[in-house]
Amino acid sequence: MSEPNLEHASPGRRAWMRFKRNRSALISAWYLAALLIAVVAWPLLLNVAPAHFAQLHDPDRVSDSQFVAPDARHWFGTDIHGRDLFSRVLYGAQISLMVGAFGTLVSLVIGVLWGAIAGYAGGRTDSVMMRIVDVLYSQPSIIFVIVLVTTLGGLIKRAHFVEQSATLGGMVRIALLFVALGAISWLSMARIVRGQVLTLRTRQFVEASRALGARPRWILARHVIPNTFGVVITYLALTMPAIILYESFLSYLGLGVEPPMASWGSLIAEGVGQINPVRIYWWLIIFPGATLVITLLALNFIGDGLRDAWDVKGRP
Amino acid sequence: MYFLRRLVFAIPLVLVVSAIAFFLMHIAPGGPFDRERAPASPEIERNLLAKYHLDEPVWKQYLRYLYGLAHGDFGPSLKYRDHSVSDIIAQGLPVSMTLGTLAFCFAMGIGLPIGFFAAARRGGWEDYLGNAFAILAVCIPGLVIAPLLILIVSIKLKLLPVGLWVSPACAIMPMVALGLFFSGKIARLFREGMLSAMQSEFVMAARSKGLGETELLIRHALRIAILPVVSYAGPMLADLLTGSFVVENIFQIPGLGVFLVNASENLDYTMVVGLALLYAVLLIGLNVFVDLAYTLLDPRVKYE
Repeated sequence: MSEPNLEHASPGRRAWMRFKRNRSALISAWYLAALLIAVVAWPLLLNVAPAHFAQLHDPDRVSDSQFVAPDARHWFGTDIHGRDLFSRVLYGAQISLMVGAFGTLVSLVIGVLWGAIAGYAGGRTDSVMMRIVDVLYSQPSIIFVIVLVTTLGGLIKRAHFVEQSATLGGMVRIALLFVALGAISWLSMARIVRGQVLTLRTRQFVEASRALGARPRWILARHVIPNTFGVVITYLALTMPAIILYESFLSYLGLGVEPPMASWGSLIAEGVGQINPVRIYWWLIIFPGATLVITLLALNFIGDGLRDAWDVKGRP
Repeated sequence: MYFLRRLVFAIPLVLVVSAIAFFLMHIAPGGPFDRERAPASPEIERNLLAKYHLDEPVWKQYLRYLYGLAHGDFGPSLKYRDHSVSDIIAQGLPVSMTLGTLAFCFAMGIGLPIGFFAAARRGGWEDYLGNAFAILAVCIPGLVIAPLLILIVSIKLKLLPVGLWVSPACAIMPMVALGLFFSGKIARLFREGMLSAMQSEFVMAARSKGLGETELLIRHALRIAILPVVSYAGPMLADLLTGSFVVENIFQIPGLGVFLVNASENLDYTMVVGLALLYAVLLIGLNVFVDLAYTLLDPRVKYE
């Protein structure tokens, strides 16, 4: 393929050009952007909208119109308490995306540091650090998240500041959730970064820097870590759906966010709770479920697009 | 012997896992008896605590626990008073294992053929269809597909039972709900494995000998292509567990996952620690088995 105008572009720019040519990744990126805007703008819109409209769509307002099928007033229908499901899905998206994003950040910090240090140090340190990763890989780490969330969650509930402000308590619980999920999701990142660092440290520009007397910390920060950017951003896009999935699992089981807060997982759980042989309230499951599935699809497409754009090889 | 050494190394790991789980459960506020009717008198409460040794210092409780473990005793359940943790494991483990094995077979049975045909007909419509299936399957988690299956297959069409675990028909939907995700992953891994195996030198050598394409794929490429799938089996087993918590919950299957989730809500210490330990030991054992399978399949890998 001849790409004359790309010859002199920076690696980042070249990757961006390749990414833009991947249609499914680009559509996915637009979808995510639209979802983000909707999540942020909807509460603001409800604040300024006429009282009638705002009341109809208030996600926390209980009304008499229970189990209304989707119509022009309630686009996604209503739940058992007569709350507008469209608003609840968007509010759930807030929590799901937030836990996903921050959890991914936590995994990013741990994974990149662990991998970079192991790869750069080499020798004994490297083999011990990577052995730990191997062992953790096959552990049922989600059980530890469950234990952690129940024990620390119980502590939080009794803490003084929570009794004063329920919102603050909810926020602390969410923070606990994404720290715990991030702390079990960094393993692939560490492996990939280590592999990258191992090849980088033998490259000539790194050796040149070392010959000029640069210290390891400078080399790591200036030459090695910036050059892992491509793989790191690819694995970020692939870690985020995994964390969102974990969060929805936990919230489904009642171990994640607590009412009145909602996430996609807890919304689906509410829908499953209403399954009965007489009447089918399909919208309670379809809408939160479809939003979850489409978001996971979008993130996976973006991850694949980034992988191709940065030409990342190998899998976790 | 490499594998014996790995099993021996697993012992300190199990100790660490049990210690962390044990101490974490003990920093949780409130006792396991808090949710019951208030004890008639302080004496009764004291007796109750003494019966389960909850009045002793934590390290002493842990040592007592380890002593019991060494004798194959996981201790009493604090919630289901008439049962020991071993009883509940004996009851729930076969159910969970059956479900897990079925889902594993389902994932392999669907994923491998799809991956194979996608790779064999690279660029054709089979390939596109296979890829579409693979990416869809990884993005539809059990907690979405399971309720949909119940609504459509059980309630609308009345073909299969809604839940429980009483007849073989009960196992079909849980198996699909749990296995679908992994079948997508396996299809993808196997396709990539096949593609890279078909470009490797020994396959080219076999092709230049004049071997037919079908025989080439099945006799030579297959054995190498399966390796990424085998090495994924370790993490897959761990994820299968997570998924089974949700699937057991939705279909009301009396497996271990349901007990674990309940136990951690009820602060049933012995139960949570016992189950966490059981899972850790199971997974370590299965992973050694996976490594063993790897060496048998790939003659290039040798563990000293």
